[in-house]
Amino acid sequence: MMLRLGLASTLALAAAPLSAQDMSGHEGHGAQEEKPATEQPAKDDHSGHGEMKKAPAPFKLPDLTAKPQMDHSAHAMGDFPSGPPPAEAFEGPQHAADEIFGAEAMAGARKTNHATHGDMLTGTLMAERLEVRISDGHEAFLWDVQGWYGGDIDKFVIKSEGEGEFGESIEDAEIQALWGHAIGPFFDLQAGARIDLEPETRSHLVLGVQGLAPYMWHVDGALFLSDRGDLTARLEGEYDQKITQRLILQPRVELELSAQDIPEREIGAGLTKIETGLRLRYEIAREFAPYVGVGYEAKLGETADIARLAGEDPDGVAAVFGIRAWF
Amino acid sequence: MSLPLPAWARGESLTHAKQGFGEVSGEKIALSVGDHHFAVGGRKGHAIAVNGSVPGPLVRLKEGQNVRIDVTNNLDEDTSIHWHGLLLPFQFDGVPGVSFPGIKPGETFTYEFPIRQNGTYWWHSHSGLQEQAGHYGPLIIESAEPDPRYDRDYVVLLSEFTPRHPHEIARLLKVGEHYFNNQMQTATEGDMPVSERLMWGGMRMNPRDISDVTGSTYTFLMNGHGPMDGLEYLFAPGEKVRLRVINGSAMTFFNVRIPGVPMTVIAADGMEVAPVEVDEFQIATAETYDVIVAPPAGSHALVAEAMDRSGMGVASLTSHKGHRATPPPQREPVTLTMADMGMGSMAGMDHGGMDHGAMGHGEMDHSMRDTSKLPADVKVGPGLDMVSPMPMDRMDYPGLGLDNVDHRVLRYTDLKAKRMNPHRMPTRQMEIHLTGNMERYMWSFDGKKFSAVTDDPIRFAYDERVRVKLVNDTMMAHPIHLHGHFFELVNGAGMMNQPLKHTVIVQPGSTATFDVTANEPGDWAFHCHLLYHMHAGMMQTVTVRPFPAAGEGA
Repeated sequence: MMLRLGLASTLALAAAPLSAQDMSGHEGHGAQEEKPATEQPAKDDHSGHGEMKKAPAPFKLPDLTAKPQMDHSAHAMGDFPSGPPPAEAFEGPQHAADEIFGAEAMAGARKTNHATHGDMLTGTLMAERLEVRISDGHEAFLWDVQGWYGGDIDKFVIKSEGEGEFGESIEDAEIQALWGHAIGPFFDLQAGARIDLEPETRSHLVLGVQGLAPYMWHVDGALFLSDRGDLTARLEGEYDQKITQRLILQPRVELELSAQDIPEREIGAGLTKIETGLRLRYEIAREFAPYVGVGYEAKLGETADIARLAGEDPDGVAAVFGIRAWF
Repeated sequence: MSLPLPAWARGESLTHAKQGFGEVSGEKIALSVGDHHFAVGGRKGHAIAVNGSVPGPLVRLKEGQNVRIDVTNNLDEDTSIHWHGLLLPFQFDGVPGVSFPGIKPGETFTYEFPIRQNGTYWWHSHSGLQEQAGHYGPLIIESAEPDPRYDRDYVVLLSEFTPRHPHEIARLLKVGEHYFNNQMQTATEGDMPVSERLMWGGMRMNPRDISDVTGSTYTFLMNGHGPMDGLEYLFAPGEKVRLRVINGSAMTFFNVRIPGVPMTVIAADGMEVAPVEVDEFQIATAETYDVIVAPPAGSHALVAEAMDRSGMGVASLTSHKGHRATPPPQREPVTLTMADMGMGSMAGMDHGGMDHGAMGHGEMDHSMRDTSKLPADVKVGPGLDMVSPMPMDRMDYPGLGLDNVDHRVLRYTDLKAKRMNPHRMPTRQMEIHLTGNMERYMWSFDGKKFSAVTDDPIRFAYDERVRVKLVNDTMMAHPIHLHGHFFELVNGAGMMNQPLKHTVIVQPGSTATFDVTANEPGDWAFHCHLLYHMHAGMMQTVTVRPFPAAGEGA
């Protein structure tokens, strides 16, 4: 009984039932079958591995009917020695297939294997925040982008942040190029350079750590040593609280510190700035999520005093609208 | 930099792959591997088809015959075919870099070997991620003696189709973001108490990490057909039907059931077992089960539900042609428990109603990566994010999400070899740790990726009998597959009745132990059969030496 008809008709009639093919009891096959070969299979022509030519025995288990005398299978681990394999396990070729297909061909195949069994290189580029910030009378923009390319342990990391007001020149802009190296299951050490393009060109050495802290906080902390010898630091943390599978509330906090006064940047030693935010995003796709939120920024300590003296407001609240996107 | 683009990416027209497979048999078989389009269930994309179909043709052989299979590569990249579960000379096992160099574009490689066994198997590419794209098919070996136990004989090949390129899936898994998981616990979903959620968060683990790739990109297939395609398996009332269930998926464990129709399991991984009647069984990637059913007249839904419950494969087992059975609704998502963290004995307490959320979180955090519990040869590094504190053997576990259903579910402890094994004690034991880092998507054995141990294989002496204990230091279930051999699950069935398998599930945070007699000389792949885990490095070579002199040995 052959029930093949349905298999070919799928595309033509999606609603038509498909019949699976019953294979029982048809020794003679239909059109798809190849004629059984009459000639003997070609002789094994792989000379040079004579000992492998032996025809393997059929796989048959003894059909024992006698009762086993004793059963040791319940033995716990520890009942058998656990040393290295017997010496003969180290005999013979290092790679058995080299003897048949040639060492060169196999070495090439093993090399290819590395990329497809552990050494894959890949990367991503993510705009964590691309946003407009609106506070009394001011309309500002901000970007916070980072990306990486590399393997499991070592990566090239690029980061860029900046902000400014619409209609005016960019206030702050920086780009970092870092080497990232996994130092534990959840953290990477990052080292490299940061270039500030605004408010003026300045370069820094960067040393930081980035990763996943307990309770699923994504954290990023770094020290910056500028070409003028100024030491500053930055610590960021953010957490994704899923409200639904697509609606996500993200609290975020960022602290900035300085080891010394930096008059030309109106920074005083100590804690210099805190930024907090609460963003609610909707993942239209994982890679594309518009958000709304609020942000509060405050200059702290001496830095705040400097701002007040200059007649500026040291803190402010902004409504934020933006997009989180990556590929 | 210009990358050489394959023909299909250059926009050249491709033929549509046929959905479902034909059959090839005899002593000379020709298979050709090529790029095609494929469409199912509203999803369409590139596929790699063999002889023009997805899945590729059913290779149907007979125990005792010789076979010569010419495999021609029409792709723009290397390919290969591995005969999954077959006992054969190692050079025809089809793993590039381990058993042979692979098949270059335009080349034909000839596999030639005697058929020494019977049962239900499958074949697939072992090159890159081609298996995900459609390069797989069923392989059935009829027994030398006729089998009168059934009237009809059907293949149920389970798999997935995704319109995404598999390399893109691999990238998304590395990038993280739980890209494919739409069943996370949220503020409005999941009934885990806050204290327990905090504990999971404290460990930086996700209790809904059941499957890495899900129905969000996969359409689950039966014999190449989607759940809406109306695939039918016909029978006449009173008939006995053998279903050869093969999990040929890249990443999906399936729960298989036919509501209202009990199934008698007669074989596991191609090897016969003492018949055992169940209502449902979980089948890991790469496993096969043969069941016999005797359905009453009517239409019955044959359901293969993805373990994470993000979708299902569906067909109708029907005595009325054209009558579609209504599949049962999808069940609730699965959440991991204490036992899956490797806290075996605490999981026991769990049943006693203990509030484990009340435990000190800090303490828990520390004990989840106590590397002093590891043997010296396990490499501790970024690729290891946890160490199971108290891993237990869970051979009696029916599978994630099936431990509290109200019907009979197959467990490994139900499997007993039908024919008795020779009674032989192992002379050595070894422990292999399954290691990983979910956040970085790193997977390995003993903390070392395959790329790092090419010249440092797992060594067995020829004919040595070894007891191998697999310890899962991760919170995912891994189907571990050994090529070229059948091992015996140490499942309490007794040494002579331990079931023979080629793939064993090691449950999250648990152990599984097998005995293996290394009587097939050569180099053999040993790996997690979740495709992207293998691709990330969860693979090793097993060498069996020395080669016996002609005329000697098994």
